[in-house]
This record gives sequence, C-alpha cells and structure tokens, in this order.
Amino acid sequence: METLFGIDYPTLWFLVVGGLFSGYAILDGFDFGAGAWHLFFKKEENRRIALNAIGPVWDGNEVWLVIGGGALFAGFPVMYATFLSSMYVPFMLFLVFIIFRAIAIEFRGKEPMKWWRQTWDVCYSVSSITLAFLLGVVLGNVIQGIAIGPEYSYEEAGFFEFLNPYALITGVTTLSLFMTHGAIYLLLKTEGRLFAKMKFLLRGGIIFFIISFTVMSIYTLLFIPHLTDDFKETPILFIVPILTFLSVANVPRLANKKKYGQAFAFTSLTISLLLVQVAIEVYPKLLFSTVDPMYDLDIYNSAASDKSLGMMLIMVAIGTPLVLSYTFFVYKTFSGKVQLDETSY
Amino acid sequence: MDTEILARIQFAFTIAFHYIYPPLSIGLGLIMVIFESLYIRTKNEKYHTLAKFWTKIFALTFGIGVVTGIVMEFEFGTNWATYSRYVGDVFGSALAAEGIFAFALESGFLGVLLFGWNRVKPWVHLVSTMGVFFGSMFSAVWIVIANSWQQTPAGYHVVGEGLNARAEITDFWAMVFNPSSVDRLSHVWLGAFLSGAFLVLSVHAYYLVKGRYVEISKTAFKIALVVATIFSLGQLLTGHHSADGVAINQPAKLAALEGHFEAEAAADMYILGWVNKEEQSVTGIKVPGGLSFLLHQDFETPVTGLNAFPEDERPPQVNAVFQFYHIMVAIGMTLIGLSLLGCFYWWKGKLFETKWLLTAFIFAALLPQIANQAGWFAAEMGRQPWVVYGLLRTSEAFSQAVSANQIMFSLILFFFVYLLLFILFVYLLDKKIKHGPYDETLVDDRPNTQGIMDAIKA
Repeated sequence: METLFGIDYPTLWFLVVGGLFSGYAILDGFDFGAGAWHLFFKKEENRRIALNAIGPVWDGNEVWLVIGGGALFAGFPVMYATFLSSMYVPFMLFLVFIIFRAIAIEFRGKEPMKWWRQTWDVCYSVSSITLAFLLGVVLGNVIQGIAIGPEYSYEEAGFFEFLNPYALITGVTTLSLFMTHGAIYLLLKTEGRLFAKMKFLLRGGIIFFIISFTVMSIYTLLFIPHLTDDFKETPILFIVPILTFLSVANVPRLANKKKYGQAFAFTSLTISLLLVQVAIEVYPKLLFSTVDPMYDLDIYNSAASDKSLGMMLIMVAIGTPLVLSYTFFVYKTFSGKVQLDETSY
Repeated sequence: MDTEILARIQFAFTIAFHYIYPPLSIGLGLIMVIFESLYIRTKNEKYHTLAKFWTKIFALTFGIGVVTGIVMEFEFGTNWATYSRYVGDVFGSALAAEGIFAFALESGFLGVLLFGWNRVKPWVHLVSTMGVFFGSMFSAVWIVIANSWQQTPAGYHVVGEGLNARAEITDFWAMVFNPSSVDRLSHVWLGAFLSGAFLVLSVHAYYLVKGRYVEISKTAFKIALVVATIFSLGQLLTGHHSADGVAINQPAKLAALEGHFEAEAAADMYILGWVNKEEQSVTGIKVPGGLSFLLHQDFETPVTGLNAFPEDERPPQVNAVFQFYHIMVAIGMTLIGLSLLGCFYWWKGKLFETKWLLTAFIFAALLPQIANQAGWFAAEMGRQPWVVYGLLRTSEAFSQAVSANQIMFSLILFFFVYLLLFILFVYLLDKKIKHGPYDETLVDDRPNTQGIMDAIKA
C-alpha cells in the first residue's frame, strides 16, 4: 500500500473528504441557520435585510456540497453508492428542498403582495430548517450505523427508517447549532433594532443548542458503545471533546463582549471540532452495519485504487492553492453591513 | 413499473431538464467574453451595455444549472449504486478534476462577474468573465470524458467478480483520451455555443421586430450571427467525425441510428423515416447507400447491421434512436440554412428589413435546445442495453436497495419542483427580456455586504 509522509492514501483522502464536509457545514450552516430564524422577523424590511445578508453567498456555499460529494464518490465509491442508495428518501428530500429553497429566495421579491411574500417566506424558512435537520439526520445515521446486509443490500427498505431516535436527536442538535451560527452571522450583518432583536434571539439559540447537545452526548454515551471505544483506548483523544466544550462555552462569552467576529469563528470551530470528533469515533470505519460487523464499510474496503487516489491527491495539491487564491480574491473584492436597494432580493 | 425503468425515467427526466441550462451558460459565456473584449478594445459603451445585459440572463441560467446539477451528482449514488461502485475508480478522477479545476473556477469568479462591475477594473472583470467561461468549458470536458468512457471504455482493467467487480484505472491519459472523447466533446461544445448564439439572436431579433433598442440590437445580432454561422458549419464536421467514431467503436449504435438491420450490406441514409422493428424495415425518404458513402466514400461498401449482434446486445428502442438522431441532424441542417440566409441578407444590406427572417430567428432559439436533447437521447439510448458499453448492463446497474415506490415518490416530487423551477425560469427570463438592456438606476446589482474574512478579522 502506497503512503505519503507515512500515511496511507485512503487515510489522506478521508482527511480531504472530512475537510470538505466541514467547510460545507460551516458555510451552508450559517445560511441555513439564518433562514431558520426568518419567520421570527415580523417586519418586511427586516426580512429583506436578513435575506440579503446571505444573498451573495448562499449559492457559492453550495459549491462545497458538490465538491464534497464528488470527493466522496471519487475516493470511496463503495461508501458513496451504498450509503446514498440506502438513505434514498432523506437524500431525495434534501435535494428537493435545496431546489425549493432556491426557488423561494428568487421568487419572494418579484411581486409586492403581502400574501405572496408571506408564502415564500414560509417556504424559505421551512426548507432551511428541514435542510439543517436532514443533514443532522444523515450524520446521525452514519454515526449509529445502518442495516447493511450481504452484497451491500439494505435490510430495511421502507420510507422512514432513517428517522430513528438517535437521528432525530442529531438532526435537532445540528439545527440548533446552525441556528446559533446563523444568528451570529446575522449579528455581523445587521444594525439597529434588528440587531437588538438578533441579540435576544441568539441567547435562545445558544440555550437550544446546549440542551440538545447535552441530550445527544448522553444518548451517545449510553446507547452507542462503538463510538466511545477509541476514546477509551487512547485517552489523549479526550482533548477533542474538551476543546469542543471550551469552544462552545466561548461563544456566549464572546457574544456578551460584543466580539461577534470572533464568536463566529468559534461557532465555525465548534462545527469542525464536532465533525473531527465524529471522524475519530468512526475511523477507519466509514459506515457501521447494524446487521453484522462483517458488512461494515471502512476506508480500505470502500476506497478507490491507490493509483486513482494518488492521482486525485496530486489534483488536490495543485487545485487547492488555486481555489484558495481566487476565493480570497472574491471575498476581498466584496466587503462592508447590508444596505437594501431596488435590485436586492 | 419496476425499479429499473423508474430509475431510468427519473435520470432521463432530471438530466434532460438539467441540460437545458449548462449549454446556455457555456454559449452565453462565449458571447459575453466577445462583448466585453470589444468593449475594452473600442471603449464603446454599447458593448458594455450588451455585456451587462447578457450577464443578467447568464446569471439565471447558471443558477438553475447549479441546483439541478447537484441532483445529478447525487443520483449516481442514490439510483445507480452498482454502477457507481463499478465505475467509481475510473470516474472518480474525472469528477474530482471537474470539481477542483472547473466548478470551483467558475463559481469562484461568478461573484465578480455578476456583482463586480463597479468594484474592479474592466480588465480584471474581463479576466473574471473568462474564468467563468473557461470554467464552464472545463466542466464540459470532464463530464463528457466520463460519459465517453461509458461509450468507449479505455485505460482500465476489470477487477473482482459479480457485485464486487469494478473497473480500475490503469492509464489516466488513455481514460481521458478514450476513442470517443475528443469527437464528442467538440460536438458538445459547439452545440453549447449554438444554444447561446441562437438565444442572443432570438432576443435581439425580437427587439428589432418590435423596433426597440434597434442600434444596439443590430450590433449584437451581427456578432451572434457570425458565431452561429461558424459553429453551425463546424458542427457538421464534428458530427461527421462522431459518426465515423461510432461506426468503429459502437457499430450496434450506428446501425440503430439509421435503422440498418442486415448484417452485411450497403446501408442507406434516411432524411425521414419510421422503423418497424418486427419487420426489420424502414419506410421513408432515403439516399440509397448513403450511409456507406458517408463512412467509406463508396455507395457499395457493406456496413455492419443490427442482425450481426446477438439479440440482447442490440439497442431495444431502434425507432426512438432513429428518430432522435434524425431530429438532431435535421435541426443541424436548418441552423446552417438559417445562419447562411442571415449572412446572405446581411451581405445584401437587407438583413434588418427582412421581417420574416428576423421572426424565424426569434423562434430558432428553441432549435439548438431540441437538437442538444435529441442528440443526447440518441447517444444514450443507442448505447443500450449497456450502461458501460460491453462491460456493464443497465439492468444490472441500478440500486438494489431502493424500491420502486421510493423512486415513484421522488419522481413525483422532482416533477413538481422542476415544473415550478421552469415556470420561474420562463417568468424571470421574460421579465429580463421585456426590461431590456438599459438600466439607468442600476449601479450595482447587489447589496453591500461584509465578507467572512472581514468578519473574522473584526
């Protein structure tokens, strides 16, 4: 097996995929979160400001999903195929809501009638909430494992198996985390009374997150033993949950000090740390079978060949500096708070 | 209906809908680059106005292209799991290259293209427009390579058996330059340029007929007409090359395209026709020995027919393949005719007085779209019963874990959401066209916002 810096290719690619998905969760996380708060704003002007806060970036954030999905397909085709086909219904709902949300954002501002805008506001907010929740549900199923049988079959083909209790809890936790994250993003983008209202809402978001996160952690410790094994064997890894805890605690502290930029950095960090924790818990597995561990998918039995992975690692090495340089250029070109004009959403 | 056919219908429906938009983005990208380069060269404001106007329409097609494209990527995994496991190793690198080199490039520069008119220097803006345009061209490169590999696999070996069988890459460049990728890519690119050029022709012909924005529309129309003429003629060449390639690499598909059944006989070429599969006959207007002539420059040379292949290795829907192919060819010829006619009247100095011709151009925007769709349907249905030619059958490639009911459910959802999306597209396109190229109040298309980098620094 080929290695680079003593690390085998599948592990390197596992890191690439993980990095892409945490990038995606951080970016689309704040715009789903901002959308989840949308109906809390009553005045038309505030709703427009909130929508335009994500206006120029939401589309670009979804690029990360495309690249992350592509990286998973390319590096771990067996995982990609088995997982997506087993989780058929949630993924289809996710895709449909992604499109539906885009339609709502674009349609909303095109007509002035109150009922028109109210309808699309509801669609926008409901789809943002559903998407955040579904991402969490999918993650919950990854952590817990799904009923993979012999020859990659799925032993529970039905409509709603994916909504098991653990997935529901991770779904709600993800939603609450994104709402906190989105609230801070909106604080960075707003002024005056909307800003004051957002400060109040942020407190609610943080409390919501802390409660659901605690419930999720307890449930994980009690009912999902395979996740804690790695930590028991290598106690040094406990540093990750401790860092996560500190990072979470830092958010209200910084928000109280009105350092919203840093608070945003810490909600982002929390999202990454939680995913790092998941990565440590599952590695080198990718998907646990609840039928029999012999059907587990890991980074070796679902990876593409070393030749293919090696080529893709070269592409990543060439491509990443390029992507970073023009992303930086784009963000540098646009900077300053939301001001509405006649061409905004 | 069973899972296989439902999965195929869903894929066909979502890809056909998706494919309305990327060709427009590529084609309009080319036109925008031309307008903007002319602006920088001549400093004439009219090119600036045109570039800005078409950027707004481009933004619409690009946005829908992205969201419907996400669906395609995920459908490989959700509906075609066995296929994904089989091709992942080969496809993966093409898809990764698409994401890293092409998609990130176009999406990255899109922000500057759409909202940066007043924030960056004109040449920096042109570079951004080119970034988006080349990004969309590269996207087509990798996607067409992946699809071409399914038509003419190369640079791989098969490892494992049964459900664990998969194609592993042995030679990256042989995979990239598989026997059909260059022909098919050029055909796809030109098809995309034609979609863009004919949309520009259509909108400006509409203005000319209505007597609105006349001067600027004349300029735009002439430029787009040049593009349309060059590429509709060029399409004849790439099309011919593709057909030659199909004859060598996928003889069963070629036979289906012309409804040629006899195993070894000179083959006719039809202008119009209807295939009766049971009687193995075609009724229609034909050039006897035409296909033989096209391939071998001789009317007598035999061409391998469908009967030379076992029953289960022939495309089952011969008539559909035949019809789609002939629709594409007929439209290709029509586009050449229209473009040359336009040039002829331009040369006589009567182009903008010839109302009937301008009116024809208004409707002609639909033709490249129909040809693109028909061409792909012919290519994909002609490859059947294989999903990877000669290696993997479509009937073995779909997801075993998904039930027919689940696909029915998602198909209905997609139908309604895409219907809504299409209504939105038509509504917004109509609005932008009626609004016209001038916008006195418009300074910047987007609100002032703070970037994430600033947020973190703050």
